[in-house]
Amino acid sequence: MTTHVGLMALFSIFVSVVFATLMRDEPRDQLWFGVRLFAGFIGAGIGIGWLLYPLPL
Amino acid sequence: MRAAAADQVEPAANKYLIAALAWAIPGAGHLVLRRRQKGLTFLVALTMMFATGLWLEGRIFPLGFDLYQPLVGLAAIADLGIGLPYFIAKFMGHGAGRVVAITYEYGNAFVIVAGLLNLLVVLDAWDVAEGRK
Repeated sequence: MTTHVGLMALFSIFVSVVFATLMRDEPRDQLWFGVRLFAGFIGAGIGIGWLLYPLPL
Repeated sequence: MRAAAADQVEPAANKYLIAALAWAIPGAGHLVLRRRQKGLTFLVALTMMFATGLWLEGRIFPLGFDLYQPLVGLAAIADLGIGLPYFIAKFMGHGAGRVVAITYEYGNAFVIVAGLLNLLVVLDAWDVAEGRK
């Protein structure tokens, strides 16, 4: 659970739940918005991770 | 964003009290305004996020301004956004932050963002209390 990806996913869940609840009023809309937000977080995290992969540290 | 007509409420009598309550206990403002589902979701999600940050050995930053560490002051303000859980955790001796822990920075991110999200929730409760949503 305490891997980078695991914590990123956990963080994304919390933020997605709060934003979806804030920005949508109907539970069905909240669920759909939250799922899309979560997928966006995970996709962006993995995508940016791969973009940075070739860079030397 | 428009609320459903059934969700519209009359402006609340004391917006300041509701905002203070919403800050002190995550989700309490919405619960008082009869937005039960939203209030409970905020209460559970934000409290769990804050607690997860402490479990990950994040630090609750002390209030005060140090010229040489201005970001610590900003982090403290963000931490304080969570309301009473900030003081309860401090009182119980949590949030010392173990810098050498591998999860230290992750913990800080959870604690800080939980506080900032609660400030957004306070603003939302204010809007609902004003009858805008």
